Amino acid sequence: MKITVNGETRETASKTLGALLLELGHGDARVATAVNEAFVPAAARDGLHLAAGDRVEIVTPRQGG
Amino acid sequence: MPVFYGTEVASPLMLGTAQYPSPAVLAEAFRRSGAGVATVSVRREAGGERAGQDFWRLIAGLGVRVLPNTAGCHSVREAITTARMARELFETDWIKLEVIGNTDTLQPDPFGLVEAARLLVAEGFKVFPYMTEDLVLADRLLQAGCEVLMPWGAPIGTGLGLLNPYGLRSLRAHFPDVPMVIDAGLGLPSQAAAAMEMGFDAVLLNTAVAKAGEPAAMAEGFAKALEAGRLARGAGPMPPRDMAAPSTPVMGKAFL
Repeated sequence: MKITVNGETRETASKTLGALLLELGHGDARVATAVNEAFVPAAARDGLHLAAGDRVEIVTPRQGG
Repeated sequence: MPVFYGTEVASPLMLGTAQYPSPAVLAEAFRRSGAGVATVSVRREAGGERAGQDFWRLIAGLGVRVLPNTAGCHSVREAITTARMARELFETDWIKLEVIGNTDTLQPDPFGLVEAARLLVAEGFKVFPYMTEDLVLADRLLQAGCEVLMPWGAPIGTGLGLLNPYGLRSLRAHFPDVPMVIDAGLGLPSQAAAAMEMGFDAVLLNTAVAKAGEPAAMAEGFAKALEAGRLARGAGPMPPRDMAAPSTPVMGKAFL
């Protein structure tokens, strides 16, 4: 199915957000996530089922002022 | 030293982590400044580069408290989602709340700011609102549950200093017991000293240090200016007057 990850459309076979993170190589990384503009805590990622058209945001610590 | 939400920080200098020429320069600036708080943000991880993980290791090595921000957010919903992500990423309930209302000036949206603050406080966040020096806005933010206020000195990144000293003095005088941080707009250590002389508890800055020719030296300059301002405030400055008053005694002057 087609979803959007960090603003880019991509095809994925992952059924959950947790699986998507593994697919994208973020399995052991310090990231935070949101789906369709709603925060998804780490503990809820495996239980969040993705649907076509979902908008996923994956963020990490960065420089800020 | 300033106390924010019951936590004493090591220095009245809160330093941003963006725009430095290199991670090594950033680390040296923090070392020489003695800053007790580092502001950080959350951003998208670009295709597997792991820059975020490297940055996290750098920050963790500084030994300072982190204050994540919601920089770039223009709506309440966006700011709240960003704050939630930041809390999980940085493992802190401190959040520098930015809800921007004007793109050119990066002026806070006061209405969105109050609403977002109210919602975040209800979720247990300790909110540091980036605000204008408006008294009424300050009152509303305190009612919303903020225990710290962060009025701007000038628009972010301008280096213009304290543009509205009257408004800032008024804010300080109206809420004498509320910890207040001058956030944004400072360009020189003398401006930071002036903020402390006015009675502010701390300053938060980034560009003035990161974009200096020698960031670490500028960071140390700010730290010394803050200490000078803090000492001056505590020492009880003399009241200014319009007419001259001789400091050398007139009594005993020779008739020549």
